[in-house]
Amino acid sequence: MKVLLVGEYRDGKILPSTYETVAFARKLGAAAALFLVADPSDLPRFAGKLYLAAAQQCGEYNPEGHLALLLQAVQAEEPDFIVFLHSAYGWDLAPRLALALDLPQISEVVALAEGAFVVPACNGKLRRTLRPLGQRAVLTLQSGAFNADGEPAGTPQVAPLTWAGSAVVELVGYEAASRGAVDLSRAEIIVSAGRGIGKPENLALIEGLATVLGGEVGASRPVVDAGWAPHERQVGSTGQTVAPKLYIACGISGAVQHLAGMKKSGFVVAINTDGDAPIGEVADVLVVADLKQFVPLLTGKLGGV
Amino acid sequence: MKILVCIKQVPDLESRFKIAASGTWYAAEDLAWRLNEYDEYAVEEAVRLREASGEGELVVLSLGPERAGEAIRKALAMGADRGVHLLDPLSHDKDPRQIAGAIAEYARGEKFDVIFTGLQSQDRGSAQVGLLLAGLLALPAVTTIVAFSHEAGLVTVRRELEGGARAVVKVRLPALFTCQLGLNTPRYPTLPNIMKAKKKEVRTIAVTDLPQVAALVRTEKLAFPDKRGAGVVLEGATSEVADRLIAILKEKTTVLK
Ligand SMILES: Cc1cc2nc3c(=O)[nH]c(=O)nc-3n(C[C@H](O)[C@H](O)[C@H](O)COP(=O)(O)OP(=O)(O)OC[C@H]3O[C@@H](n4cnc5c(N)ncnc54)[C@H](O)[C@@H]3O)c2cc1C
Repeated sequence: MKVLLVGEYRDGKILPSTYETVAFARKLGAAAALFLVADPSDLPRFAGKLYLAAAQQCGEYNPEGHLALLLQAVQAEEPDFIVFLHSAYGWDLAPRLALALDLPQISEVVALAEGAFVVPACNGKLRRTLRPLGQRAVLTLQSGAFNADGEPAGTPQVAPLTWAGSAVVELVGYEAASRGAVDLSRAEIIVSAGRGIGKPENLALIEGLATVLGGEVGASRPVVDAGWAPHERQVGSTGQTVAPKLYIACGISGAVQHLAGMKKSGFVVAINTDGDAPIGEVADVLVVADLKQFVPLLTGKLGGV
Repeated sequence: MKILVCIKQVPDLESRFKIAASGTWYAAEDLAWRLNEYDEYAVEEAVRLREASGEGELVVLSLGPERAGEAIRKALAMGADRGVHLLDPLSHDKDPRQIAGAIAEYARGEKFDVIFTGLQSQDRGSAQVGLLLAGLLALPAVTTIVAFSHEAGLVTVRRELEGGARAVVKVRLPALFTCQLGLNTPRYPTLPNIMKAKKKEVRTIAVTDLPQVAALVRTEKLAFPDKRGAGVVLEGATSEVADRLIAILKEKTTVLK
């Protein structure tokens, strides 16, 4: 079996997630080649063939250009699977390739199942097993699902690719995420508010618990999107990655993008009315209760300790 | 300007799911249904663009069973001009390529200037339909937008990246955009607008009347994940549960003195 792995490069750097695709190829027991649009003077650590185009000429985000380059690599390599990360780069490019090659795509693979692939459904509450019809497919991998054991190593044999079209979509530049005064990554205790708080006034309950514990307040994305908390408090794949000794998730369902930001926490408590919420999979203690009653009760007891 | 927004009706994710007898999807009974969250942002952005451009029209399209009509009515109440319902009682069995293929069959002749979709649906989350539709219509596409502005046929968007950074991207219309959470603040339909929406046109087209697209993927199974067994489950907002939790925290962590 042969796979073509699609690596990622952004803002002048090869992203470490590239090596997750390498770990996946190993798990699949497949021979792997890597495709990358990057700086040719800074090669990835990879023992195998590297189809490499220069980001200086081809752009970091240039879907039509990257698709044309990928098609060259696919033609040369004839892989069974073309493997992306399920990321802002991968989910943007993979369906374009699948369509161009008339191949099935399976998104956000978390596990293998005898030639089929397991993906999440309903924000992680369920799992689907999907089988591509035919021998070949495009896959995207859930970030963090296939982790490299050990440091990536090796020197690739470079097969250079070139592209001479003009970009349809133009990348003008990048804007950094807003970073405020709080650094959640250093906090020992974080009490996070999710959509389950219901209304912004209830944020005071979360703040009250954080205060008696001497911790910081975190938030899930909907709380930030609604403007109830600033982005610097957001925990997750598009917010902060945190690893406190204690993480208390209040009214948070446990979507994979939220878990990505807090699963390295030492001890996780979840307070949720839904006993089936996926947060239960990572919680050391799941309190099935209405946070509006339970949080003040807990705060009161801790305040008296 | 002629705008299309594609939406999907999904179950409320706080629902208690049951696996359907087929073993490949969830049972539709006893679920509460709503407009896919990502699509709420898509509809809002489309309505804003429609209002700003003054002329033209905004069409809302949903492929799905009978009840998907409720999602179309909601988008009409938010400000879409007319609806198209690609009626498919078996939409849950269709793969992204089949869904995009059916939408493309409808959209091809309509020559839309702008198409908005959600980044993904909340139940399937495959994030493919928007891009496949763009590809089938030979339109440029940008995914994961969290900001959108338009001037004289040139659109500037911000794409959200991991860690919350953004890429500033420009593209000429016609084009398709997939909308990420937080793009805007979706409006609540007002009562007068809900009443008005009832009178707006919704055209129903059976997908069986459109050219058929072959499936590329087969669903073998839908199941609950294996729960990590180690966690303790406590029930109820009671004093005993709070005491129990505090005792566990004192024993298992070093942060409670
Ligand atoms: C590309 C991408 C990036 C993303 N990045 C992030 C990110 O960085 N961070 C992030 O958090 N999300 C992120 N998301 C969004 C993510 O997918 C989820 O939508 C989000 O995490 C859900 O937030 P939530 O758990 O607060 O809300 P919901 O999923 O709506 O869950 C609310 C929970 O509250 C519970 N609840 C309701 N009422 C009560 C009550 N009274 N008491 C107790 N519990 C109650 C419910 O049972 C439910 O479990 C991202 C999504 C995408 C596609």
